[in-house]
Amino acid sequence: MSNYRFQGATGEWEVVIGLEVHAQVVSQAKLFSGAATAFGAEPNTQVSLVDAAMPGMLPVPNKECIRQAVRTGLAINAEINRWSRFDRKNYFYADLPQGYQISQLYHPLVGEGYLDIDADEKAGIAEAKRIGIERIHVEQDAGKLMHDQHPTRSYVDLNRSGVALMEIVSRPDMNSPAEAGAYLRKLRSILRYVGSCDGNMEEGSMRADVNVSVRRPGDEFGTRTETKNVNSVRFVMQAIEHEAQRQVDVIEAGGKVVQETRLFNPDTGTTRSMRSKEDAHDYRYFPDPDLLPLELTEAFVEDCRASLPELPDAKRNRYVETLGISAYNADVLTAEVETARWFEALLAEGAEAKQASNWVMSELFGALNRLGKSIEDCPVSPPQAAELLKLVSDGTLSGSLAKQVFEKMLETGDGAGVIVEREGLKQTSDTGAIEAVIADVLAKNPGQLEQYRSGKDALFGFFVGQTMKAMGGKANPQVVNELLKKALS
Amino acid sequence: MTKLTDLGIAALRDGFRAGDFSARDVAIAFNDAVASAKPLNAFIVETPDHALAAADAADADRASGNLKPLSGVPIGMKDLFATKGVQTTAASHMLEGFKPEYESTVSSNLWRAGAGMLGKLNLDQFAMGSSNETSYFGNVISPWRRNNGDTAALAPGGSSGGSSAAIAARIVPGATGTDTGGSIRQPAAFTGISGIKPTYGRCSRWGVVAFASSLDQAGPMARDVRDCAILLENMAGFDAKDSTSLDLPVPNWEAALSSDLKGKRVGIPKEYRVDGMPAEIEALWEQGIAWLKDAGAEIVSVSLPHTKYALPAYYIIAPAEASSNLARYDGVRYGLRDLPDGANLQDMYAATRAAGFGDEVKRRIMIGTYVLSAGFYDAYYTQAQKVRTLIAQDFDKAWESCDLLLTPTAPSAAFGLGEKSADPLAMYLNDVFTVPTSLAGLPAMSVPGGLDALGLPLGLQVIGKALDEQSVLNASLALEERAGFTARPDKWW
Repeated sequence: MSNYRFQGATGEWEVVIGLEVHAQVVSQAKLFSGAATAFGAEPNTQVSLVDAAMPGMLPVPNKECIRQAVRTGLAINAEINRWSRFDRKNYFYADLPQGYQISQLYHPLVGEGYLDIDADEKAGIAEAKRIGIERIHVEQDAGKLMHDQHPTRSYVDLNRSGVALMEIVSRPDMNSPAEAGAYLRKLRSILRYVGSCDGNMEEGSMRADVNVSVRRPGDEFGTRTETKNVNSVRFVMQAIEHEAQRQVDVIEAGGKVVQETRLFNPDTGTTRSMRSKEDAHDYRYFPDPDLLPLELTEAFVEDCRASLPELPDAKRNRYVETLGISAYNADVLTAEVETARWFEALLAEGAEAKQASNWVMSELFGALNRLGKSIEDCPVSPPQAAELLKLVSDGTLSGSLAKQVFEKMLETGDGAGVIVEREGLKQTSDTGAIEAVIADVLAKNPGQLEQYRSGKDALFGFFVGQTMKAMGGKANPQVVNELLKKALS
Repeated sequence: MTKLTDLGIAALRDGFRAGDFSARDVAIAFNDAVASAKPLNAFIVETPDHALAAADAADADRASGNLKPLSGVPIGMKDLFATKGVQTTAASHMLEGFKPEYESTVSSNLWRAGAGMLGKLNLDQFAMGSSNETSYFGNVISPWRRNNGDTAALAPGGSSGGSSAAIAARIVPGATGTDTGGSIRQPAAFTGISGIKPTYGRCSRWGVVAFASSLDQAGPMARDVRDCAILLENMAGFDAKDSTSLDLPVPNWEAALSSDLKGKRVGIPKEYRVDGMPAEIEALWEQGIAWLKDAGAEIVSVSLPHTKYALPAYYIIAPAEASSNLARYDGVRYGLRDLPDGANLQDMYAATRAAGFGDEVKRRIMIGTYVLSAGFYDAYYTQAQKVRTLIAQDFDKAWESCDLLLTPTAPSAAFGLGEKSADPLAMYLNDVFTVPTSLAGLPAMSVPGGLDALGLPLGLQVIGKALDEQSVLNASLALEERAGFTARPDKWW
């Protein structure tokens, strides 16, 4: 149970949240028409006769879209319905050429499932929580209206018309903005792992309808509102925050929450009423007579199952249990599929897991952060990084030399070995040379030597530092340590 | 010498192959007949050039020894089939001037088989009607007249009334029709020709303007059973673009035609003896039974107990689907757009659809919208679907004791234009014998059996099991041979 509470004027309130996530299916072709689906194409260039709803045109289901939805269902531990059906949702709008959306109301493709969100003290999620997912159904996206092309007219772009969407409907199992945020991030992570949706909320390929209600802790559900088409995790959290506050204010002022559809304004972080229940459309759902029921064979479902990659939870557990990586590192490395992929490519090049995870978490992420780049456009490839780490583990480079070499790799794109050779950055374990430098350092710092010998042990580090500095950072720190101890004893 | 326009599909095909005439001669003869039959109003668009081009191709093919199944045969195309570059209207103002960029699968199949197109045939608007009076382009007038000196214009039946009138008037040798609740069979019966609605899924619906998707099925109309078999072979076939299309080979129905019905059991459904049915139709039905017995069939009495619910269920399901199928005619992308000054999107929809749809279409859209509405859905649509299942089960049960069914096609002979147009319910009753088969998706054929006392044709309907078009055609052939129906309307147009 979440301990998140909204403090109202009259006491505490609990927030109840359910999310309906629309995720655009990754597929070459649309759900029923065979037209292409690339984002950002010129308006009305990816439109078939079916998408434009020309007279006599008929939908034919695209198997790849169905496959992606089934794989997604399996990835959220859901029931896959061997028999499902498409229904028509009827309403008029200029971006909806057929005058109906083909969707699945009565018999969705994917039934009951769940995903787990982790405890996150910082975000106020006290313990891990299982969020129920009621269903996933497959449906057509609509086109897009453009109101900025002409002073008095609106234009219609049908490129998106008929693109496959998965509507992923959660149970009202979330009780704080943070939990909703964690759910969305986890869901997006799973979708990306599965490869069924690119999860790109800015481009609109993933968007959420946010259902919020408030109640006194332990009471029955309150009246909910639905805020439509919120397109970032942060906005979803903001919308919940605002909507919960608004509902509490309404009730505490003696009013009643109206069941309605609301719109989120990202500029103000607030929601406003779009239409009330009384104005709600009567969608007149009925089975689409152009389509036969969708019947899946066991072989098809098993094939979908076999095609699933290792998913984030399993991967994280393996990193901790088999690779010995810290839980925190494992969380971060598995959260995004691209990071995990990069990391595993590094391991495949022979890097040691713990060393590699620490290096990725500190050096690589630090560099990417500084450069404002993501792991997908990382300037250093996993084989290059593996070469660098190997030079550290075989003693060629010290930690600080490795940092220098990595900087040069980022600047030049050259390999670590090339840079070491060219810049002479190789670490030395030549005891004679090091002993000579140590003798020199001791001779130049008689005061410190005196203090050390009279018991100020902490000055050992000072001598290490001076020796390393005099060696231009290239001395093997371990050898320096040993030789210094000998010289000082 | 016989006039070329007196020949049917088989005779034209065979005569052309034998070198008795050129395809061009045939096309010219029918083009002329079409051009001189304007008073029938059977065509919305005439396409003599299409017919001539196909004929020239056929003549060339014959010269080079590449004959196709329908080389030399011109036909009429119901204006519900999309024809590339040729106006396709569904007889509505909404689609007036609409020229598709695509060709329906059925018409493509026919053109690939060598057929030519004489024109686009008139119909009830969006195939909704039983008399052709709902066409935006004016009603088709049947070539038949009563023999009592009354020159009242008669209904050619509907919705494929342009097809039936044109065939009966000998201005086309055959035509396509579509049948949702009887739209091939009832007009065939009214005009003394033959027509078959095949099993649902035999003919692709791709490119056919949709009325009620779960019922719509294309089929041929022609002068006799053999001609229908030939056309159907060249219309049917699996089409991956239609999810409800049957993935089965097309049988060679013509080659297997046989009027020997030995071993066949024909059921006579007692529920089809409806109140108020004219005695002449009863008598013709009895005559039909005798003919089938004569052909070797065994006659059995069967019961289809839910028959009386078929018509109400049909007039829920078909309008429900239509209300959704016709939502795409909104003035946004093609067809009519009525944009009054200062109109917003809703105003444009209202104005466009008010101007573009006729009364009957509006009536059915409203019925369909109502029966799908929240609060009414279960009482109407769900209930109607249950009835549909029961009707299909009635037939399944009947097939335990018989292979075919024989019924009248329609409860009356052709009525006069205007006689029923003010009473939609009386009009809907015309489909009472044809609708149950549509709900069950079964093949059924109407063949002319004789004339009533006023000299108007009456039809008999043969209903078969799913996919058994062959038995339907064979029994129809047996009736045709025994009926010896040679009557034809006197030319008045």
